[in-house]
Amino acid sequence: MSWTSCGWPPYGRRMALATRDRRPPTVRTLWDSSVGKKTVMAVTGLIMLGYLVAHMAGNLKIFFGADEFNGYAHWLRHLGAPVLHSHWALWIVRVGLVVSVVLHGVCAFQLSRRDIKARPVRYAHTKARTSYATRTMRWGGVILALFVVWHLLDLTTLTVNENAQAGHPYENVVATFSTWYGNVVYIVAMLALGLHIRHGFWSAAQTLGVGSAARARLLKGAANLLAAGLTIGFISVPVAVMTGVVN
Amino acid sequence: MKLTLRVWRQKNADAPGAMAAYEVDGVSPDMSFLEMLDTLNEDLIVQGEDPVAFDHDCREGICGACSLVINGDAHGPERTTACQLHMRSFRDGDTIDVEPWRAAAFPVVRDLVVDRTALDRIIQSGGYVTAPTGSAPDAHAVAVPKPDADHAFVHAECIGCGACVAACPNGSASLFTAAKVNHLNVLPQGAPERESRVLDMVAQMDAEGFGGCTLAGECATACPKGIPLQAITTMNKEWLRAARTSKR
Repeated sequence: MSWTSCGWPPYGRRMALATRDRRPPTVRTLWDSSVGKKTVMAVTGLIMLGYLVAHMAGNLKIFFGADEFNGYAHWLRHLGAPVLHSHWALWIVRVGLVVSVVLHGVCAFQLSRRDIKARPVRYAHTKARTSYATRTMRWGGVILALFVVWHLLDLTTLTVNENAQAGHPYENVVATFSTWYGNVVYIVAMLALGLHIRHGFWSAAQTLGVGSAARARLLKGAANLLAAGLTIGFISVPVAVMTGVVN
Repeated sequence: MKLTLRVWRQKNADAPGAMAAYEVDGVSPDMSFLEMLDTLNEDLIVQGEDPVAFDHDCREGICGACSLVINGDAHGPERTTACQLHMRSFRDGDTIDVEPWRAAAFPVVRDLVVDRTALDRIIQSGGYVTAPTGSAPDAHAVAVPKPDADHAFVHAECIGCGACVAACPNGSASLFTAAKVNHLNVLPQGAPERESRVLDMVAQMDAEGFGGCTLAGECATACPKGIPLQAITTMNKEWLRAARTSKR
């Protein structure tokens, strides 16, 4: 009955018209759309952000001494006991994080490729307009991914930590931050993290459609607070080791 | 005023283009930017050169035809269209760069003219309402709450010029698409296609080769009609709602 079924519009391009019978499943719709992929990035980003808040808070236990920090690390291995077997909670979190990191990275890569292809010619007259945090999202993300690899090799598998001993996380942290490169890598990555969260948290809120004119200040404030809080919290540990507060 | 213009010259879609410099003398501060280009073109015709091709129509800021990136800003330094930009925004002796909209979905036709039919195809994919044709309905037949009417009007202001795409570092048409989704989805007249509209328009936007939104906010800064960035947030919300609930 509608005019859409009368062979109109008359061009050859694939048009998404209302005459189609059935839409693909929601997961397919999400993955095929730029808005859907951004949604995947927003959700996985928030999962990782939630983990980081817990991780940073746990790190601060180092200020209460070796016994308390190592005891906390030991407790993490038995989290959820007696319902969960030893290390199970840790592995559930790890699997969730790996899935989040991979989905976040794959979507970022695919969306970035689309974005770069959509603007093949630069303007002759260019100026930096967007904020530093916005412009550094892509390379900042790559830096963070590389940092995660180093961080795992350093303090989880202890592969690159020369003086490390398994089961002594406090001493291993002190060993890492007793080297100049350990401090540089960590502090640079945490500054990149702050910038990434500053734009990412606000951006995720817009992608998930929870932003509004009334909430704009609240969301930007929350993004800045999270970015600054996490960066300062994480960096406080190497600074404490460097200044001898933690040794 | 005497100005140096550096203008993008390109014979046709396939030819390579380059910036070419021209001196324009006798420019009045009261001229619009397009009148200044007319002056340049009159000089070029007298000298036997090809005039600079640029899109223009109403010259009163309501049609969305003009499409110039002036000194790196879509529509230039003022928040208006290039036709309503006056030369008093510049100073005597200035060098001004004039370029076409840059986006893969907007191929250059000639000089400063780009093909913006990709935007038309986005509208055709869902930027309409199913309405009975024939005699006009009674104005009060469908009640629209005042805040909804205001919301629709704010977004209906979009003139489809494409400045948002030109300004976006990703060449995204999100603000354009979001303006129409916001305009029609809030109204009772747009309700029957509420889900299919946003799904189909976003799908068409992707199919045309526009980039995605990274919330850089350049689009809303460039928009001569002041469509807010919030429109994209609302479009995302509508899209997620439709992706969850739409069965057709």
